[in-house]
Amino acid sequence: MAYMHIGKDFTPPDVPGKVTGRIKYAEDYTREGMVYARLLTSPIPHARVIDIDASEALAMDGVIGILTADDVYPDGEPQSTSLKILTNEPTLVGEPILALAAVDEKTAETAIAAISVTFERLPFVLDPLDSLQPDGADAYNGGNTFVFRQGFAGEKWTADQVASFRAGNEPTAEPQQTVAYGDLEASFGESSYVYEGTFTNAGYPHHSMEPRSALAYWEDGKLFLHGGSQSLTAFADGLAGIIGVPKEDFVFVNAATGGGFGQRARAGSVPVYGVPAKLSQKINRPVMMRVTREEEFTIGGARQGLTGWIKVGFKPDGVMAACDLWIVSDNGGKGGGADAYSAADCISVLYQADAVRFRGTAIGTNTAHRGAQRGPGQNQIAPIISPILDVAADELGVSRLEIRKINSAMTGDVGGPQRTPFTSAYMPEALEQAAAAFDWEGRQSRRRQTNGSKVVGLGIGQGYHNAGRSGMDGIVMMGADGRLKIHNGVGNLGTYSYASTSRAAAEVLQMPWESCDIITGRTDLHLPITSPQDGSNSIFTNTRTCYGAAQDMLTKMKEIAATDLGGDPADYDISNERVHQIADESVGYSYAEVAQRAMDLGGKFTGSAELPEELAEWTQIAVSRLAGTGFMGIFHDPRHEGNPPGFTVTACEIELDKETGKIDILEMVSIGEAGTIMHPKGMDNQLVGGAVWGIGLSAYERHLYDPQNGLPASTGYWQSKVPTYLDTPLKIETGWVDLPDPENPVGARGIGEPSMGSVSAALTAAITDALDGHIFGASPITADMIINHVAGTTEEAVPLAQNNFRG
Amino acid sequence: MNPKLTRRRFIKGVIASGAAATSTAAWYSATGQERPSGFVERLVRINVNGQVRNVDVEPQETLASTLRYKLGLTGTKLGCNRGECGACTVLVNDTPTYTCSVLTHSFKNDRIETVEGLESANGDLHPVQQAFVEELAPQYGYCTPGQVMSAVGLLRENPSPTRDEARHALAGNICRCGSYDSYLDGVMRAVELTG
Repeated sequence: MAYMHIGKDFTPPDVPGKVTGRIKYAEDYTREGMVYARLLTSPIPHARVIDIDASEALAMDGVIGILTADDVYPDGEPQSTSLKILTNEPTLVGEPILALAAVDEKTAETAIAAISVTFERLPFVLDPLDSLQPDGADAYNGGNTFVFRQGFAGEKWTADQVASFRAGNEPTAEPQQTVAYGDLEASFGESSYVYEGTFTNAGYPHHSMEPRSALAYWEDGKLFLHGGSQSLTAFADGLAGIIGVPKEDFVFVNAATGGGFGQRARAGSVPVYGVPAKLSQKINRPVMMRVTREEEFTIGGARQGLTGWIKVGFKPDGVMAACDLWIVSDNGGKGGGADAYSAADCISVLYQADAVRFRGTAIGTNTAHRGAQRGPGQNQIAPIISPILDVAADELGVSRLEIRKINSAMTGDVGGPQRTPFTSAYMPEALEQAAAAFDWEGRQSRRRQTNGSKVVGLGIGQGYHNAGRSGMDGIVMMGADGRLKIHNGVGNLGTYSYASTSRAAAEVLQMPWESCDIITGRTDLHLPITSPQDGSNSIFTNTRTCYGAAQDMLTKMKEIAATDLGGDPADYDISNERVHQIADESVGYSYAEVAQRAMDLGGKFTGSAELPEELAEWTQIAVSRLAGTGFMGIFHDPRHEGNPPGFTVTACEIELDKETGKIDILEMVSIGEAGTIMHPKGMDNQLVGGAVWGIGLSAYERHLYDPQNGLPASTGYWQSKVPTYLDTPLKIETGWVDLPDPENPVGARGIGEPSMGSVSAALTAAITDALDGHIFGASPITADMIINHVAGTTEEAVPLAQNNFRG
Repeated sequence: MNPKLTRRRFIKGVIASGAAATSTAAWYSATGQERPSGFVERLVRINVNGQVRNVDVEPQETLASTLRYKLGLTGTKLGCNRGECGACTVLVNDTPTYTCSVLTHSFKNDRIETVEGLESANGDLHPVQQAFVEELAPQYGYCTPGQVMSAVGLLRENPSPTRDEARHALAGNICRCGSYDSYLDGVMRAVELTG
């Protein structure tokens, strides 16, 4: 289909501001009379605050006031594992206890040092399996796990059960959750090759480059908060509830965000924004809270660590017959996630196994806050399952590409424990395209070639994430100038999907991009509700809403023209920013004229009547403030059917040095399968960015904690190593399938998360290949692990340990 | 609220100090309060983006703090504030420098360039900035000013770098979005634009 905007490159309006430094992040703002807040955080991993003596600090010149958990929660802290604004019951090092405001940060820091906090030290634990021991410490006050709607609970295994699991055996304890489909026993019975083993995925921090600093002030009873988030209106909607301010009295300002990766998608992960909001209210001053890199590490989120056991069976022809997965998740000191379940879901989707069983238990540790991180679960399991496929392929005499083709998802298939049909799925095409672009077959002769201590490995891997939601709202406006204003509540997290999705509205109205304005960046510009911008959903979800709102405006344009100029609305079409009769294009209105007529008519044409009944409360507030100010197109998106998947395939060639453990990625090709491509350069960015994340997952990033004192040892970029220019390929080749999805009006789906999983799968497979099929069962596989393996020394000091060295 | 601190008095204090609203000296001047002991600022003259700026700085004040909070040049970002990420990179005498890790008073006789100083007088983007826009190099954008400054420093020293030379020159700038490929595309495009 020939589109005007879809599939075309463009420059999103915020890009010039990013290269000139003019775009403002939260910490770049100032406010008259602004004072500075600093946090006093817990220095120990598990404690209870007994007493706070701030008298000396409060007497210092320049100190304005303090905020404690007692101020924030006068009726007591909510009992949950969620991060709180402030707490008297810290369960991780770095959890905020109080905040102090002063005229400058130096004074605030000096005063913080003068505050005496008396803690009651409580037992702490760093490894979920240690906590499961009969005498293991509990991470929380009241247990080591949290049961929804029931509260804290203690989960213990016998010492033999823990020891058996650490020794590599299937856990025998009762899981907290079991999900299954198919006849597992029969399917394993049909298998001619069965792999069984344990694995670990290390947790590691999101490490967003912009720390979660925020500025808050109150004016005329309204709270204005400058912060960073992935999701604009969805985030603000949740944050209003956390702070306790009515939605209509809350303005969230967020033009740009310096990193999220899942951790700033929802307000529950960033309750610390409540600190400047509450402190500002208490001391009646604008408050800037600056957060340090170390603080960002502790409360800025981390991926769940997974400790698992997996059994996979393959039929003689390479078809995956069954997969049995048992995972203990590390929920950290606060937060948690459903990564383990998503791992099982991913295997079911990607490999279409006849039978899958997932068993899982989630246990707290006194380590960093855990939450969703780019492809939570799907991406951890990618580097675990991919080498297993390769070993199975070798055992069964099937090629490594063929075993993936045999098992791949296609349109008409279902996936996941819920057996949900795909809206469309073009994985075979993605595999073919990747294999061709990489010359997979031609490169096979290079496999395991050696050059001194270096050996070549080839890997191919697949990534998946559900990539679309629905049920949100859309608003477009037009004034007498005829410009289209697309009100977009999607956050600006660097994917540019706030702009790409807006182009669906421009497409409907055949509007030159130069005649469009995206209204976004702060909620008092009256923006509709969107789904949180996580789970690779924005492109699918918000092209639907933008498209729908523009369709509503188009329908109204034709109705106005037909009423005024004669005929039926069906007799009218649009072109060149005019609505006109099909039979006689000279009879019609320019967009400026029809917008003026809409404003003259009012009622449904300006959002004053006949609104969709299902609009979200947030959208209703926006519409009530926009009503009567211009020509309005408004839309509430009904739910779609099926699972819109995002798929990627990556192939890579590496050179692994057996003496140093170093990995050089010589070539890498990544192919996306995300329906119709909205914005090629944006798609390319997601593929190469995801690739860097996948390299970090497979080879570098991990939490480390001091086992004696429970102190984090990886609070910086080099300690939990983020890949740099020199750890990544000189050039990553990208491409995409570009076939439309029928459940989206322009055929588009998302891609951000699977782009990481396929790279991790391919890179880990290549490492396995270079080492003659050795499966580490781990992410990351660090240089020391490779050296230990080559040397034949014991790899792990404590088998299956989380938050600790492996090797 | 401190009754001595009025809006008018605060602004007056800021203007009198010759610094931005974040100046501590301004606050004390406006409120009439005594400064805490040990609080010493010295007037320092530095050359930023071709302009001589007089600014009160503390002995241990980093150049990043001065640029951001005294001079309002917030294009220079603080990602780690400890010399790991490169988001605060500026050019000092054409050399990329982490401003979080150097002290302002060390640069009295040097030429400091921040991302705000790259555009021409008529508003045209610097070729590196233009190339980064054309290649959609930034994602979140928080690291972008630092990437821009490192690339500008590279091209002044080596106007025709290879992609691999560019990779090494920018290796001190982390991009958590992983947009390295796009930034390198941008550098090579800038070479074309300046060629």
